[in-house]
Amino acid sequence: MTEFDYAPAPESRAVVDIKPSYGLFIDGEFVDPISDDYLPTFNPANEEHLAYFAVGGEADVDAAVRAARRAFPKWSKMSGAERGKYLFRIARILQERAREFAVLETLDNGKPIKESRDIDIPLVAAHFFYHAGWADKLEFAGYGKNPKPIGVAGQVIPWNFPMLMLAWKVAPALACGNTVVLKPAETTPLTALLFAEVCQQAGLPKGVVNIVTGAGATGASLVAHAGVDKVAFTGSTAVGKSIAQAVAGTKKRLTLELGGKGANIIFEDAPIDQAIEGIINGIFFNQGHVCCAGSRLLIQESVADEVIERLKHRMQTLRVGDPMDKNTDVGAINSLAQLQRITELAASGDEEGAERWSVDCALPERGFWYRPTLFLNSTDAHRIAREEIFGPVLAVQTFRTPSEALDKANNSPYGLSAGVWSEKGSRIHLMAEGLRAGVVWANTFNRFDPTSPFGGYKESGYGREGGVAGLASYLVQE
Amino acid sequence: MTDRVEVRKTYKLFINGAFVRSESGRSYEVMDGDGAFLANVAHASRKDARDAVVAARAGQAAWAKATAYNRGQVIFRVAEVMESRRAQFEEELRRTEKLSDKKARKAVDEAIDRVVWYAGWTDKLAALVGGNNPVAAPFFNFSVPEPTGVIAVMAPQDDSLLGLLSVILPAIATGNSVVVVSSFHRPIPSVTLSEVLATSDVPAGVVNILTGDFSEIGTWLAEHMDVDGIDLAGVPAGDFATKLEALAASNLKRVIRPSTQDWSDTPSTYRMRQWIEIKTVWHPIGA
Repeated sequence: MTEFDYAPAPESRAVVDIKPSYGLFIDGEFVDPISDDYLPTFNPANEEHLAYFAVGGEADVDAAVRAARRAFPKWSKMSGAERGKYLFRIARILQERAREFAVLETLDNGKPIKESRDIDIPLVAAHFFYHAGWADKLEFAGYGKNPKPIGVAGQVIPWNFPMLMLAWKVAPALACGNTVVLKPAETTPLTALLFAEVCQQAGLPKGVVNIVTGAGATGASLVAHAGVDKVAFTGSTAVGKSIAQAVAGTKKRLTLELGGKGANIIFEDAPIDQAIEGIINGIFFNQGHVCCAGSRLLIQESVADEVIERLKHRMQTLRVGDPMDKNTDVGAINSLAQLQRITELAASGDEEGAERWSVDCALPERGFWYRPTLFLNSTDAHRIAREEIFGPVLAVQTFRTPSEALDKANNSPYGLSAGVWSEKGSRIHLMAEGLRAGVVWANTFNRFDPTSPFGGYKESGYGREGGVAGLASYLVQE
Repeated sequence: MTDRVEVRKTYKLFINGAFVRSESGRSYEVMDGDGAFLANVAHASRKDARDAVVAARAGQAAWAKATAYNRGQVIFRVAEVMESRRAQFEEELRRTEKLSDKKARKAVDEAIDRVVWYAGWTDKLAALVGGNNPVAAPFFNFSVPEPTGVIAVMAPQDDSLLGLLSVILPAIATGNSVVVVSSFHRPIPSVTLSEVLATSDVPAGVVNILTGDFSEIGTWLAEHMDVDGIDLAGVPAGDFATKLEALAASNLKRVIRPSTQDWSDTPSTYRMRQWIEIKTVWHPIGA
């Protein structure tokens, strides 16, 4: 068969202007960190040094929280309509500068430009636009006649969707009248710092949004700061539990969006072509760096051979490589540490007796890469079927009956997402009802929308982001 | 009155729809409001708490499957049976809380009305907290509330009937089951309530009531990995409440912190919303 290779189709990076180093965004200004501490950030696709960013210390976090506290009275008392207009401004500026954000996101994170351009950044703008409209309608949201903001929100976000997670945190917090101190992830600080410029362009009052870059200790200082009234965290379940312990006995409100081990369930009556695309999207979207990834594939036994064969065929067509190429499907692993974690967990799959199959593809020489991989003959007891790998690795199991599928899918301390593929409506509803997961995608996967609440059951955390339910995370509840 | 010797009641735990003594064989003395001996009440142990969780897990599965209409009728039935036993509740409140006749009557009125209030919520909350989400793509997307699971409830220490109901009802109205630790010094109304529940078609295991000391039982429930949420209403704010909240993080239990509220106030929907999980379902629209 003749191979038709894709010609390179690189996105231009001329649209972004990366500074050599970045300070912290506190009280409306970029300031040098009191800590005098900086870290480099790299492009994970080629290990190119991109910039230095400040590592906020306790004094920096304190300055940011104080700024947010000072801004809170005025911001929270401002009419909802006025607050909303600031958020609309932010949404519009994000749309205007969408390409810049997409390129910078891809450079700093390693995700394909196709995704940052078509998914992440449009959703970010949509999230601000949606919540802008809530700002003057909160009394209709069902949380009492006089809903009140909580105060200063300390928000800690992960590296897998740097801007999208920022939007999920900042937009509802501001709409409800809170002020925020945001701590971006250590490996992906750049778009949050660009967002600080958007806040400046929008004329957002000083101190309403503060961005303190740094590492784990910076986040821990923020969570522990006595001037924080609300903690919102997205990240691992282990860190989530330690945060829940840390806020015990305080008045701080807490919402957690944590890990997952989503089951993607394929019935024999599924639309197989679409299901294959759904499996691919479920686990290889964003290199599998997705808390709600469909990382466990459950196939009904009667179609297992067919599905696996077609899945392998489809996986082989994935284009793995330069994230800045518009044709790339699977980009770079975000960091060396994450690559090591994926490698270690996948090795446990070999050791525990699952059967590894990986795509045969060339990988770039520099940067962090992992071949799209699946493990056949995986069991509930395998680490690859229990632990969140957060990479392009799929554990495959089979089942015979709907109830067996439910038992297997629910046999996890996590409960964030699940997928069901079937053409039978009643079966879809039966499964959707029985799955203990906050989001169920039926005949689709990995869809997101600001109107659609997102969040976990069980150890995937508590609280919702998006929709009416998400507002509860930023209004006083009693 | 004749000089007939009264038949006294043995006050037991209520686990899985049955009245049982503590497996530990322990009991403790409960005094009335004047400090006079009232009864020996079962003193629940760790094993009792664990048995109650097992019962609650099984009961919750059946309760969650019942229709919302059915759950509403069952809870309403609780109000009916309470009404028929109101004299007993009033007498108990007079003795244990030293309420006047009038206040005891009012407290029981409020308690029964609180049950009716929650009975009506079972088939309405879903429409308020969930519904269709107008996503910007061709998908039908809807959110529904589902019960969190098994909730451990530390009942208020002072308000032994209305307070107790005000923390049990929001959990069961939303389809959860509960393991309740009732007021340590005022447990009698909780035992009478369990007799009401046993005759009100509330399925076994949905409400389990342990009489005993929250400072023991609370710890065991807070660290129990098959408990999904904990209401600290009856625990005074302070180190012990902090300890329970920290223990609850072991499996990320949903937590309601200690409360000093006046239980006579009309509740908000907060307690019900704390014991639900919002599930969102997506399906494509197409031919």
